[in-house]
Amino acid sequence: MTLITDAHLARPDDFYEALLHAHRGLSEEQSQLLNARLILLLANHVGDLDVLREALAAARAGIIDQESQPPGTGSGGKEST
Amino acid sequence: MHSELFAYRKAPELVSGKGGRYRVVVVGAGPVGLCAAIDLAQHGIDVLLVDEDNKASEGSRAICFSQRTLEILDRLGCGERVVRKGVVWKHGKVFLRDRLLYQFDLQPEAGHKRPAFINLQQYYLEQFLVERAIETRRVDLRWRNRVISVVSGTHNVTLTIHTPDGDYSVECDYLVAADGARSPIRSLLGLEVTGQVFRDRFLIADVRMEADFPTERWFWFDPPFHPNQSVLLHRQADNVWRIDFQLGWDADPEIETQPDRVISRIRAMLGEARPFTLEWVSVYTFRCQRMRRFRHGRVFFLGDAAHQVSPFGARGANSGIQDADNFGWKLAHVLKAAASDRLLDSYDAERVPAADENILNSSRSTDFITPKSNISRTFRDAALQLARTHPFARTLVNSGRLSVPHTYLGSPLDSGDHDSFSAKMSLGAACIDVPLTGRAGPAWLIDQIGNHFVCIYYAGGDRLPPNSLIECLRDGAIAAEPIVIGTVGWPLTAVPEHIPAFIDTHGLFAKRYDATPGSSYLFRPDQHLNARWRTLDVNTVRSALSRASCLHASTLAAS
Repeated sequence: MTLITDAHLARPDDFYEALLHAHRGLSEEQSQLLNARLILLLANHVGDLDVLREALAAARAGIIDQESQPPGTGSGGKEST
Repeated sequence: MHSELFAYRKAPELVSGKGGRYRVVVVGAGPVGLCAAIDLAQHGIDVLLVDEDNKASEGSRAICFSQRTLEILDRLGCGERVVRKGVVWKHGKVFLRDRLLYQFDLQPEAGHKRPAFINLQQYYLEQFLVERAIETRRVDLRWRNRVISVVSGTHNVTLTIHTPDGDYSVECDYLVAADGARSPIRSLLGLEVTGQVFRDRFLIADVRMEADFPTERWFWFDPPFHPNQSVLLHRQADNVWRIDFQLGWDADPEIETQPDRVISRIRAMLGEARPFTLEWVSVYTFRCQRMRRFRHGRVFFLGDAAHQVSPFGARGANSGIQDADNFGWKLAHVLKAAASDRLLDSYDAERVPAADENILNSSRSTDFITPKSNISRTFRDAALQLARTHPFARTLVNSGRLSVPHTYLGSPLDSGDHDSFSAKMSLGAACIDVPLTGRAGPAWLIDQIGNHFVCIYYAGGDRLPPNSLIECLRDGAIAAEPIVIGTVGWPLTAVPEHIPAFIDTHGLFAKRYDATPGSSYLFRPDQHLNARWRTLDVNTVRSALSRASCLHASTLAAS
């Protein structure tokens, strides 16, 4: 299975409205939490790690100009000895 | 306590004035060095074991010993004492704030001799191991003997050892460094250990109290009595309880270990009314790191000397004891000329990936327990919140992935599977225990194998056992001890008395090993599965034994 990037949503406008609606009245921090919970729920629904990795790469692509690869896992806050 | 066990005596070299000559010197009489020395002793090898201290560990330190470790300790002759003194547990609970999130069972299926875990203070384990080492009469245990120089040569290793009565030198064929995270041997040889330091501090408090909490591992995220941090509660022997408080990187170890401060933290947790006494307090940080290689010529590094992990997951002492388990039979076989020196390279090839697996798991736990950024904390909190109502999220919550034995997948010592087996067990895995019935009554599979190569023949149907074929396994340059396991109703009397024979009473051998009549399984002396076949062919077994001993270059080249 590969990540579907062609149009696949049944009713795109309805979904988009529902997504924004879900965030209504939330603080910035609460919205962050909602997004995180949503990602985890959807990731579990997808299940396939390869597809999820593709989605992660597609989501990250273009945010940082040069490097499209994320750095080593969990590197923040640690230092090499 | 038991000071005679740890008594210093003047080394014979200092009496005679002559240097000593030994086949094996083990440095460090902690759990790992002791296990290595006992294993070698059980193989008939005399060992000199030196330690710079003259007491068991201070404080409880390592407390969780896994099923695999208990099975290794059984093989080394002191599993029963450890299990009797320890507290058995297999359940864990994870709390978020003041509410239970979920619970888990680390040994959901019955039919194993040993439990998933026992908790026991490290000083008890060390005491039992020292007593066992003395009992073998092959371990020359010398306390307050500190190695101050090492010269590693092509043919031997030369050490200078410092004692209260002066220095002496010894030569040995092989040196085993099990001298802990700050390994002086590693430093003396100028070898490096690399990895990550984690920016967090934890407070360990051992308290003695009467409490009726169940014997379970309890882990809190953000509890009301210690907000924004995690806490772990674990029971040990003698009504001693381990409480582990996450403090954060900015905590001052000097202040945090002051008794008043510790006591007020514990009161906040247990309530003002519960009486307790403080046994031991320590603030620790940790690293996840390892040496690049664990073999350096004639010097071998085991346990914390070779690799270190965070304590979440009980992967420190357990993996060190598994190092000793992997190493002991190999060195013994080489010293007895039953294997090529190249067999010792496989210690490195098998235990480096094991260390990486432990480091990976323990780093992931640490990343969950100590989020390194705002977004990482957000995802952590999201997983914790969802875990209450959605079962999938419980699999993301990571309060420590508890130690399981490493499978030596793709080991240089096995020749690969040529027949098809559907059981989840793969080549290189440690023996999965099975309850059996022997001629003398109930028995455990795990007690029947180990210390030498064992070949299990699974008998069933109406065919007679191929007794002469089975007997042949004992011949040849390297022998495998045969064992017959038969299906229910199969006559044990059909097997000669001198061949161990059992009935698969509950059909669990068939299930756990995907055994059909004729299936045969070759186990290494460390109880790991080395080969399996649907039919028994003595020449194929011999070829597997050669490969597992690195004896014939031709069998290795054939791969």
